[in-house]
Amino acid sequence: MEFFRQRTDIPFMRHALKFNLFSSLAFVLAVFFIVLRGLNLSVEFTGGTLIEVGYAEPPRIEDIRQALARDGYPDAQVQNFGSAREILIRMPNREDLDTSRISERVMATLQATEGPQPELRRVEFVGPQVGKELATDGAMALLLVIIGIVIYLAMRFEWRFAVSAIIANLHDVIIIVGFFAFFQWEFSLPVLAAVLAVLGYSVNESVVVFDRVRETFKKKRAMDTPAVLDHAITAMISRTVITHGSTLMMVVSMLIFGGETLYYFALALTIGICFGIYSSIFVASPLVMWLGVSREQFIKPKKEKEEAVV
Amino acid sequence: MNRYPLWKNALIVLVLLWGLLYTLPNFYGEVPAVQVSSAKATLKLDPASTTDRLNSALREAGLAHTGIFSDATSVRARFADTEQQLRAKDVIEQVFNPDPADPSYVVALNLLSASPNWLTSIKALPMYLGLDLRGGVHFLLEVDMPGALVKRLDSTTGDLRTLMRDKSVRHAGITREGNTVVIRFRDAEQREAGRRAIQDATNDLQLADRDDAADDLKLVATLTAQAQQTMRDFAIKQNITTLHNRINELGVAEPVIQQQGAERIVVQLPGVQDVAKAKDILGRTATLEVRMVDDTPGAVEQALAGNVPFGTELYTERGGAPLLVSRQVVLTGDRLTDAQPGFDGQTNEPAVHLTLDAAGARIFRDVTRESVGKRMAILLFEKGKGEVVTAPVIRSEIGGGRVQISGRMTTAEANDVALLLRAGSLAAPMEIIEERTVGPSLGAENITKGSNSVIWGFLAIAVFMIAYYTLFGLVSVIALTFNLVLLIALLSLLQATLTLPGIAAMALTLGMAIDANVLINERIREELRNGASPQAAISAGYDRSFDTILDANITTLIAGIALLVFGSGPVRGFAVVHCLGILTSMFSAILVSRMIINFIYGRQRKITKLHLGQSAN
Repeated sequence: MEFFRQRTDIPFMRHALKFNLFSSLAFVLAVFFIVLRGLNLSVEFTGGTLIEVGYAEPPRIEDIRQALARDGYPDAQVQNFGSAREILIRMPNREDLDTSRISERVMATLQATEGPQPELRRVEFVGPQVGKELATDGAMALLLVIIGIVIYLAMRFEWRFAVSAIIANLHDVIIIVGFFAFFQWEFSLPVLAAVLAVLGYSVNESVVVFDRVRETFKKKRAMDTPAVLDHAITAMISRTVITHGSTLMMVVSMLIFGGETLYYFALALTIGICFGIYSSIFVASPLVMWLGVSREQFIKPKKEKEEAVV
Repeated sequence: MNRYPLWKNALIVLVLLWGLLYTLPNFYGEVPAVQVSSAKATLKLDPASTTDRLNSALREAGLAHTGIFSDATSVRARFADTEQQLRAKDVIEQVFNPDPADPSYVVALNLLSASPNWLTSIKALPMYLGLDLRGGVHFLLEVDMPGALVKRLDSTTGDLRTLMRDKSVRHAGITREGNTVVIRFRDAEQREAGRRAIQDATNDLQLADRDDAADDLKLVATLTAQAQQTMRDFAIKQNITTLHNRINELGVAEPVIQQQGAERIVVQLPGVQDVAKAKDILGRTATLEVRMVDDTPGAVEQALAGNVPFGTELYTERGGAPLLVSRQVVLTGDRLTDAQPGFDGQTNEPAVHLTLDAAGARIFRDVTRESVGKRMAILLFEKGKGEVVTAPVIRSEIGGGRVQISGRMTTAEANDVALLLRAGSLAAPMEIIEERTVGPSLGAENITKGSNSVIWGFLAIAVFMIAYYTLFGLVSVIALTFNLVLLIALLSLLQATLTLPGIAAMALTLGMAIDANVLINERIREELRNGASPQAAISAGYDRSFDTILDANITTLIAGIALLVFGSGPVRGFAVVHCLGILTSMFSAILVSRMIINFIYGRQRKITKLHLGQSAN
């Protein structure tokens, strides 16, 4: 089987401007929604209590809500989780509540409520001190990834590649976060991990294309820069589609079988992978071109660099 | 031409065999077991003799076990089913802890790997499952360091008072003001004497002068930075020890109690169902203090009016009567060696019997001798709030260090107070700042869901790869299988905690690992298209893809390491597996697949066609 038998190079660079306009638009929209709607941060970031309860048969959510309100938790959010037989109760931290007792009290309330008997499945309580740290740690991790990747790519390739790759892939990250803001999906710690993994993953994609660009520059002396980029992308298109197809199969399998806990994690990865392919081809490569990459940058310094690495 | 030297093949095969061996224990599942470990810091468990005792106890009761294992801190016996396990636990409990009120051993239910003994003996253990997969409770506790500092300064205040008296330095009062201790003097000469006395006695205090009036000279003492650091270290160590003792009382098989950062302690109790009880024991920070009662006539009335006499504090007794208690602490719970619930010999009221250590006993004797006829208050501090448990009148000197506290307690309360006191006092109060409880059914469900995702995703990739690349696809799938095996073997060997995000990372890493093989296969196709001979195409395909694969994996690894460094909880679980997976994927995708391809094609002089699924040119 062979999906791609491209004899001639596809002129990606001719449409570079259009793609980048689309990207810029998507980026601006993502930022707009992040600012406007904010993120639906999970209890890990905001602090609070989350209780997951399972029932043998579907309980009446309204009864539970009222029972909790009567028992002193009017701000409790009650919703179904996964199936009608499971419910998730969320409560913000409040000064006047004895936080360490919430889960017991809630369970007592639920047991006293009419209807099927509850089974405690999961409790998560996060104090206000912890949430802030997680946010800073997340930001630090993001910063470390960016710096690390820029340094590595600058050493291994050229600063123009490093800058383009990072810009293209940060744009992916912002777009994923934009999706989470737009749909108000829950942004939890695993989602943060997924976002950072996507950053590494899409840089990986850019690297593969850049590697080919470097090779083409060295081999095909007659080509100008856009032609080199077109040639490299066309040569890699088959691999790009198959690799990401495979990764997507895995991620979609997680989306289907992984249950509620892995759902948003897998979702972030799915969006990230799709945009990762797009941005590597249509964003990173034109950026490299506009930053003024040329053959001369590879031919001379290249020799000693390759030796230095090998 | 496409051949690996023998040593390289041998090395790869050895690594693969090792991987298979260490993956094996994960397939055996778990069987019920009973674990015996020491409940007391002073009691060192001797594995050999404990094993013998366990063996004979089980034999006498006619219970069959399927193996006894011991390590430095515990002895475990496996049983065929849970019924046997529960019966065995009762038997063992009776033999090892003849006095249930004072258990020397923790006898806990546990699960052990059912893998054969020879695997266990080469340290091939199943992966260590996190709480979200096996169920249990996770707490993050924060030590209240300002609270510890205040406590320390209060005791310093007492020490200084004693010091001044011993050195006959006249002062006009010693008090704690915020984070300092202030000593007042009437004249400079006495202040100088005081300063010398303090400097001779300790290095922990920094002294400064403050003159508020000609006859109101002050010496302000603060703890030096070093002393504060020592105090912090001590506080967290002491709290960890105390938590150990308390958790031992709960009887948990494999508790994790670790320091995290400067001021935090992680407590993980796998398999614990009774969260309320666990929290009760952990969250309560009971400390005991013995102080004198100020029974000066009219003083209580004055205090109630808002004018608390100097050097005293107002408390309410159980039952509601107000009581003025001196700030000076006669004795703290640190001097306690044992606390047992029981009954008062005369009134038959529930009571707690305390045993003091030598120093405590001496202090107690001296104080009771000097204060016959006065009242002494026994205070219990929980979460920073003090309560007078009892305030009896001292009838006579009490020697021997045996003290009984009783007074309006129920039997259950007496039991709780005794347990809390026995478990030791905390150096500083603690607060639960994070709690995660996972029920056992959810844990099992998470394992199923996680492994289903991996299996189905893997199968989908396998089918596609074989359909698309035929023989080369099959080789890629074999390499990917070994990737999974090696990853599981590494996780088992390192005993890194596997969590649900960890399983997700496993799936993602496998999905990404196939990239290397796709790169190689595509490259070989391309070389063939460009007219290279099959052998040359294989060789060039592998060689030229290597740089790309390396670069791609290193950038992914950078992201993984950043997650590892800054991640906590679920993120860390993800990052560990992700990073390890990148390493194993490099090995299997490049070396293992190349080795197999070499075996297939490497020896043939003339190959007409590579089975790579490419269309004919």
